[in-house]
Amino acid sequence: MAEDSLQDAFVAAARVWPEQGVPERPAAWLWTTAYRRALDRIRREEADARRLPLLIADSAADASRAGAGPGADLGAGRAAGLGAGLDGGLGAGLGGGLGAGLGAGRGAGPGGGSSDDDYSDVADERLRLLFACCHPALRADARAALMLRFVAGLTTAEIARLFLVSEPTMAARLTRAKAKMAVAGIPLRAPSAADLPERLDVVLRVLYLIFTEGYRATAGPDLIRPRLADEAIRLAYLVGELLPGEPRTLALLALMLLQHARRDARVAPDGTLILLPEQDRSRWRHDEIARGAGLLDLLEAAPMPGEYHLQALIAAEHAKPPPTDWPRIAHLYAELERRAPSPMVRLNRSVAVAEAGSPEAALSLLDGLAIRDSHLLPAVRAELLTRLGRHDEATKAFDEALTLVRTNPERQHLLRRRTER
Amino acid sequence: MHYALLIYGNEKAWESRDEREKQENHERHGRFMAMLRERGALLPGGQELAAAGTATTVRNSGDAVGTTDGPYAETAEQIGGFYLIDAPDLDAALEIARQLPEPIVEVRPVVMHPEMGN
Repeated sequence: MAEDSLQDAFVAAARVWPEQGVPERPAAWLWTTAYRRALDRIRREEADARRLPLLIADSAADASRAGAGPGADLGAGRAAGLGAGLDGGLGAGLGGGLGAGLGAGRGAGPGGGSSDDDYSDVADERLRLLFACCHPALRADARAALMLRFVAGLTTAEIARLFLVSEPTMAARLTRAKAKMAVAGIPLRAPSAADLPERLDVVLRVLYLIFTEGYRATAGPDLIRPRLADEAIRLAYLVGELLPGEPRTLALLALMLLQHARRDARVAPDGTLILLPEQDRSRWRHDEIARGAGLLDLLEAAPMPGEYHLQALIAAEHAKPPPTDWPRIAHLYAELERRAPSPMVRLNRSVAVAEAGSPEAALSLLDGLAIRDSHLLPAVRAELLTRLGRHDEATKAFDEALTLVRTNPERQHLLRRRTER
Repeated sequence: MHYALLIYGNEKAWESRDEREKQENHERHGRFMAMLRERGALLPGGQELAAAGTATTVRNSGDAVGTTDGPYAETAEQIGGFYLIDAPDLDAALEIARQLPEPIVEVRPVVMHPEMGN
């Protein structure tokens, strides 16, 4: 079996640039070294939650030191309190629901122990690796695979299984991407301060892609692949640790924690998907929900909640015990639509508006909306028309939804709703 | 590393420019080249190319040579010229490419052949 490491790409590169010998910027050496050291580091760090205090400690330090900048979004007062708590040991003083799941005795505290210098070296290398793997010059699917291979340390076989492709296909994808990195001269370097916001966006998009890939219910024998979601969360902790004080990272982490906490309740024993209202709430991971909600508390002071933040707030509302606050969810979807308009956001907003008691307004939100090859839009329209007592139109909408629906449980559901009115 | 910046554009749009627009574009390229020289990033060899309609394509299939009028690929966007630059890495090359006053720029690494003198 071929040795699967970054090295082979640079062996190829070395053939292409024989005159250069060890290049002025010995990227090859850096890559190999960085990869090995990063991998060692990851293997030593099995407990992800351990990263959370680090992430918060750094954010808190930023906020109380600078009083401005990204860290300040976390609220200086709260942050200072957290910082003090951390100084006094991990177990105490975290407050705000974050204490849950972060119990004392998870090893040395952040910055404790003898590995300070080693840690910052490795952190720099991992940051460089992270941004190189998420370089905009790489294809989106290649970025995700590279992240899992070289930052998360999964094997090619594991990544192939997770993305439902054969191992040779995944190996070829990784080889192509590595060759592009070497031949095109993608630098092993964190971006400049000016480029950082945009580049961090790409990193976070890659993480969310990895996460949602785990929940894609369109293919494969398993409806959800929690391992992918686990990896995405693990990587988000890492990004939060390496680039502390970035509200977007915390928001994405909160969103993923809140969604992932429902994993055990999302699939029925026969393998079909269970929608939120029908889920057995006792099977949710309430410690993880508390952790996600705690992160959202930290972000409370953010003046302009971003896309991930709004989605996380919506997920947090759904995770609360009933009754659901539909007016608040409708409001959050309206905000989300303002920030990132899409037909699916509009559709969700319409459902929330209807649940909040205004089916008429909900129906008018669907005017002019088009979602191709999906039964969801006519299905929602049919439900709204039913509520409004417009039965003939509702029947037509149910019929339209039935021509588009693809899975059997959903078809049965629509047929039942169509007749039982 | 050496990179080629391949400039693509719609030839109809290029041809429809009036004299003043052509002059302005010429001056923008002049400033771009001055910037490259100042950084020591400009390599010799870059050129503007005449319209794709003036191209002739030779196809050599081993036992037969065919000659046809026009460019290899008949697409709306054609290559209109290229620069050769020296940049430490792709990020630096992309930063330079973004300053080029053209709508589409393909950044392509150049293969080094030391025995041929590059």
